[in-house]
Amino acid sequence: MDVLELARWQFAVTTVYHFIFVPLTIGLAPLVAVMQTMWVRTNNEKWLKLTKFFGKLLLINFALGVATGIVQEFQFGMAWSEYSRYVGDVFGAPLAMEALAAFFIESTFLGLWIFGWDKLPKKLHLAMIWAVAVAVNLSALFILAANSWMQHPVGAVINEETGRAEMTSIGEILTNNTLWAAFPHTVTAAFLTAGTFVAGICAWWMVKKVRAGTDKDRDTARHVYRTGLRFGCWVMLIAGVGVILSGDFQAKLMFEQQPMKMASAEALCHTEKGADFSILTIGDLNNNCDNVTRVISVPGVTSFLADGTFDSELKGVTELQAEYEEKYGYTDENGDPIDYSPNLALTYWSFRLMIGFAAGSVLLALMGLWLTRKNQVSDSKWLARVGLIALPTPFLASSFGWIFTEVGRQPWVVVPNPTGIDGVWLLTMRGVSPISPGLVLTSMIVFTLLYGVLAVVWYKLMHRYTVEGAPEEVHDESPTRIGGRPVGSDSDDDAPLSFAY
Amino acid sequence: MDLPLIWFALIAILWIGYMVLEGFDFGVGMLLPILGRNTKERRVLINTIGPVWDGNEVWLLTAGGATFAAFPEWYATLFSGFYLPLLLILVALIVRVCAFEYRGKINDERWALWWERTLIVSSWLPAVLWGVAFANLVRGVELNADHQYTGGFFALLSPFALLGGVTTALLCLMHGAVFVALKTDGDIRTRANKLAGKLAIATTMVAGAWALWAQLAYSRNTWTWAVVAIAAVSLLAVVFTNANGREGFAFTFSAVAIVAAVLLIFGSMYPNVMPAHDPANSLNIYNASSSDYTLTIMTWVAVALVPVVLLYQSWTYWVFRKRLSTKHIPAPGGLSLKAPDSQPAVRD
Ligand code: HDD
Ligand code: HEM
Ligand code: HEM
Repeated sequence: MDVLELARWQFAVTTVYHFIFVPLTIGLAPLVAVMQTMWVRTNNEKWLKLTKFFGKLLLINFALGVATGIVQEFQFGMAWSEYSRYVGDVFGAPLAMEALAAFFIESTFLGLWIFGWDKLPKKLHLAMIWAVAVAVNLSALFILAANSWMQHPVGAVINEETGRAEMTSIGEILTNNTLWAAFPHTVTAAFLTAGTFVAGICAWWMVKKVRAGTDKDRDTARHVYRTGLRFGCWVMLIAGVGVILSGDFQAKLMFEQQPMKMASAEALCHTEKGADFSILTIGDLNNNCDNVTRVISVPGVTSFLADGTFDSELKGVTELQAEYEEKYGYTDENGDPIDYSPNLALTYWSFRLMIGFAAGSVLLALMGLWLTRKNQVSDSKWLARVGLIALPTPFLASSFGWIFTEVGRQPWVVVPNPTGIDGVWLLTMRGVSPISPGLVLTSMIVFTLLYGVLAVVWYKLMHRYTVEGAPEEVHDESPTRIGGRPVGSDSDDDAPLSFAY
Repeated sequence: MDLPLIWFALIAILWIGYMVLEGFDFGVGMLLPILGRNTKERRVLINTIGPVWDGNEVWLLTAGGATFAAFPEWYATLFSGFYLPLLLILVALIVRVCAFEYRGKINDERWALWWERTLIVSSWLPAVLWGVAFANLVRGVELNADHQYTGGFFALLSPFALLGGVTTALLCLMHGAVFVALKTDGDIRTRANKLAGKLAIATTMVAGAWALWAQLAYSRNTWTWAVVAIAAVSLLAVVFTNANGREGFAFTFSAVAIVAAVLLIFGSMYPNVMPAHDPANSLNIYNASSSDYTLTIMTWVAVALVPVVLLYQSWTYWVFRKRLSTKHIPAPGGLSLKAPDSQPAVRD
């Protein structure tokens, strides 16, 4: 394999891995903040129990989010140095802002939250988790600004002398409509993920507690897990609507900005009017348009996704390829023909899998709300099962969403903006570092093995803390002044900390 | 205004923040087997940095991001050129995060032991490797006319670079020991204080030798002699204040010594950011930098945000200002490795 292929694989593996933890952190941090807010406002211990329970799971997850993020920050320079030279002037800015504006807050205030239960007054301690919740979402905004610029470059020109892109307007980069489509979609997807996580785990626990039978168990089922379940379900429903609306908006933009991605996602080989949305297509989709047969399709829906009418004309892969060849050249430096379409099968299927995996959350939300209506608890083993089955689905949907977005962008790493600025675009193959394949192979093997081991540790810890359940006893440890002792306890300076590593 | 110069200074400041703060983090991790005689003592050590290590690490991420934004050519050449050492550093930083967060999550001796070992190794590695990397920048590397690094891995391991690694490792050790003396109470405090004294002497000698070597052989500026003088004075001051039990002062001087070390590194490269053996191929602050527009925007962002970061990070240190001793360490809070059997699965 050459450096290009290896670097792409490495980037794909490390980013998709990073994005397993990211959506849960982005969604769960605000949900835990809401739980703790409810505790502070109502003084009802069930909220403190939920806060502590999901807070621990959040921390286990957060650690790997941070650990794998560090790699991302440096990988552009290591494996994609020519890309970095080309875009640094523009792309580096949101990355640096993310670190300055978001990562500092995230990490500093998380430390204060973890260790601050007996050091900070109740409301101040609550503010710490809110700071984290806001910062993780802010970090999503900045990194997506960087990513959206690659999908749809704006606010930049090409410097003829150096051959590099240069920023002309930070305002345009931060108001890129691609960003304001991707950000709501990613964040609502993250809330869907976290809602499913909370609801799924609470559903399983509620059923288990109801079945355990004692009064105390039933009480916990009703007052802790049922609350968590319904909270999660409502989050899922609201986030789910948001995901669909924002996704629809994204599809319309994509039709304008990256028609090739749209055509590939739809296995639309030739230009069509009133294009159908295919649900199942067979044949060799692998960059070969010749023998594609659509088995099941819904009339007109693809056209509708693209611009809101059922009979508009959509360009096909073949026509687009011809158009691109004329504009951007037939052959590359080595004289090989350039294929301007992405991997059709992967683009086509990842789009469908993204949407399809939402079914897990929908089922859980409806079932959870129905079975616990009017103050009921449920002992349905089906609810417990759906809770567990639904857990991984939004993670998978998010991964496929990114695989779709990123693979569909190929062969570009910076996609030409069809309506805006001229000349700012870069083929992926020109972005890779001029280093030996052995280096990239080494790092890829190292990362893959290391990430494999850490995935096992992460899973074991998440599992172990989930089956432990919410704490049975909680108490208010908050002091009345910063650094002070909890109210009521003797002011003993030698008392153990409430939390220590 | 000379924007590239401002950004060169700002990046130096970010590295100072990183080295001063994460410097004692690394030191604490490296000293774990030496100062922590039993699990409880090791937990005291780990918890002196518990609430802050993550925030300290972000100084590095910001330095990386800022280099990307302000000097894309530097970012590209440095990270693709120093690929393997950087990979090692990344691996260390990854497992280090997990060691902090996961060590106490399971209440099991072997589990804790493994993570402690991980923490020790992953603190030593970057402490040494950052020194090696920076010494190479001071010394200059093999770049071609396209500013690509062509030297290979072993060229990075010159005696000067290796001594640079020893220097940063010693600086971190000393800084960590002084920090532990400042942040703990009881037996550990006494031992840390004793050890800090010895480490400060060793550091003064090794760092002094490295700094002289750098000055005589590689420095491109004479004013860096002033920085070397400051470093020497503060290292000696660490020795004396530490011997008198003035822990606050000892820590301050140790921090100043690290500031001086970073200034020496950046100062002896200036105006280059990546000096090449053939000076015509060097990357300097002008041919590596971003456009004025980008630098202007980033300057505003940095000027607005860095002081705020300093404020809330200082506040964190103030909130957790109390000294720790074994008395403050609660019983292990982790769960048993296996869930108790009394938890039947949901069945029909
Ligand atoms: C939509 C959201 C999103 C996306 C696309 C990415 N990340 Fe990320 N990243 C986060 C959202 C996030 C987060 C939610 O802020 C994390 C996850 C867990 C965490 O602790 O923070 C995080 C952590 C995280 C960290 C550690 C921060 C710390 O120490 O606090 C770094 C350095 C990066 N990321 C860098 C990147 C880079 C360079 C990416 C581009 C490939 C990237 N992330 C994709
Ligand atoms: C701001 C965020 C991101 C940036 C800047 C970014 C940038 C890049 C770059 C430079 C490449 C290498 C060129 C290529 O082969 O396409 C790439 C590839 C890839 N990225 Fe992203 N990416 C981002 C987010 C993500 C996320 C969050 C995911 C998924 C979870 C992801 C998935 C992928 C995949 C699967 C590839 C490989 C595509 C292929 O080679 O065919 N990306 N991305
Ligand atoms: C109902 C249906 C959905 C529609 C119409 C939809 C639409 C889209 C589109 C068009 C893109 C590609 C944007 C681009 O490449 O420019 C996308 C990306 C993505 N989708 Fe969806 N989506 C849906 C459901 C979901 C679900 C359920 C999830 C996860 C829980 C999800 C997560 C993502 C993610 C993480 C991305 C990549 C980030 C981005 O570009 O925003 N999507 N989606």
